Amino acid sequence: MKRLINFTPARIWRIGLALLPFAVIILIYISASDARLAENPQDKLLPSFTQMGDAIQRLAFEPSKRSGDYLFWQDTLSSLRRLGLGMVIAASLGMLFGLMTGALPVLNASFAPLLTVVSLVPPMALLPVLFIVFGLGEVSKVALIAIGVTPFIARDIQKRTLEIPREQIVKAQTLGANSGQIILRVLIPQLMPRLIDAVRLSLGSAWLFLIAAEAIASTDGLGYRVFLVRRYLSMDVILPYVAWITLLAFIIDYLLAQLSRFAFPWHAQQEGKS
Amino acid sequence: MIEIKNVWKRFGDNVILENISATVKEGEFVTLVGASGCGKSTFLKMLLGTDSASQGSILIDGKPIPSEPDAERGVVFQQYSVFPHLSVLDNVVIAREFEKTKLGFLLGAEKKAARTEAAELLNVVGLAHMQNRYPDELSGGMRQRLAIAQALILKPRILLLDEPFGALDPGIRADMHELVLDLWRKHKLTVFMVTHDLKEGFHLGTRLWVFDKRRVDAQAPNAYGASITYDLPVGVCEQEILDEIDESLATKNQAEQV
Repeated sequence: MKRLINFTPARIWRIGLALLPFAVIILIYISASDARLAENPQDKLLPSFTQMGDAIQRLAFEPSKRSGDYLFWQDTLSSLRRLGLGMVIAASLGMLFGLMTGALPVLNASFAPLLTVVSLVPPMALLPVLFIVFGLGEVSKVALIAIGVTPFIARDIQKRTLEIPREQIVKAQTLGANSGQIILRVLIPQLMPRLIDAVRLSLGSAWLFLIAAEAIASTDGLGYRVFLVRRYLSMDVILPYVAWITLLAFIIDYLLAQLSRFAFPWHAQQEGKS
Repeated sequence: MIEIKNVWKRFGDNVILENISATVKEGEFVTLVGASGCGKSTFLKMLLGTDSASQGSILIDGKPIPSEPDAERGVVFQQYSVFPHLSVLDNVVIAREFEKTKLGFLLGAEKKAARTEAAELLNVVGLAHMQNRYPDELSGGMRQRLAIAQALILKPRILLLDEPFGALDPGIRADMHELVLDLWRKHKLTVFMVTHDLKEGFHLGTRLWVFDKRRVDAQAPNAYGASITYDLPVGVCEQEILDEIDESLATKNQAEQV
């Protein structure tokens, strides 16, 4: 018998073992839901899968009686638009600040301490300020995501810039490069996959900011819907929505990982080595 | 061509190099050896322009050496001297792109010409078959060949090598020696090579500098810095001198460890 730390399951076993916990959770849920519904068919706490399917059927494939919209898709679209816009702004600004403070000692001296302080401000505490300044519309939600995520990305990129071996920058200079050429040809290309990594890592908090902002002031969006139907204890809507948000988050993360692999093959090799 | 006049280097109270003076003619191949931490790499950095002397001066053609690296002085470090995000070919092409365009991107016919030129150079260093690979796919020896090709495309007058073969296997190291000697003759370079391997110093080049402390104060080991204790034309000296240097460096190393 091998030691436990040396025991690696075969591939087929690994897939089985990965699916097992999901199956167990679903089974526990079904039996608990059945037990409660058997006692009281009006129970709202643990709806059956049929009830959840009906709720989503209503929201996704039948137009809303009030507005005529397909609410589920409209919520998804609005939320993704806010998230996407916020992340694009955060990634661009984060890259700019991180790169500049990492690459140019003069800017590092003047802005790195500020960046450290700004990144410690809790973004959620700024939400009222955003509502006051930008109103309750789209801008304040996008701004919350951008403000919440930018400092994280900026600090990460700054750190990555400083991690690029000094030798490369000296070498570029011995090849006649000026500062701009070094930034464009040596630093930015090497930072792009790091930027994707940083975006992937910060997507979790971006979703948090998005849902919080939508919960407080919005007229559509995934977070808005979840908090709206909470008033009617509509677990049959909330649970599928949470699952859908999770699935969206997973897909976005997967797509970014694939993008990084195809666009920057050298990065994967580097990661594989270290 | 290069004049070194009374150069000192101090970090605070620590004297690293003391009073170094020498003259190097165009086309010489100088090997710098010495115990680790003796300041030979610091000296190379001064020639490169990433470090400066605390006192004294280094002149190239009578003018003070520029205080930042430029295309006159090529360099190969022990590692990290190539760009991991560019293919082998692009690692060499990029030098021409830096030279010829403002932003560093060549297009069309010029790019093609640069690629052809780079491919020829890669052929010389024996990397023709690896053109489209990335540096992380290469072995250590191949990466150093690439770094050398990259350093030579702009035809620098001076080539600085900082323990370039320190991380390589002995067999590959011998190949690399051949390559460097070959290129040095062909391109009429002035080469400075730092190594901790005395035999390498004797095998390569025309001139050997041994960096060592002339004076040692046991109570204050950093009070005195290293200077060039031997300046030998290679190939003319005797085995005895070699042994002598070997011994003096070995005892220094032991003394430092105690």
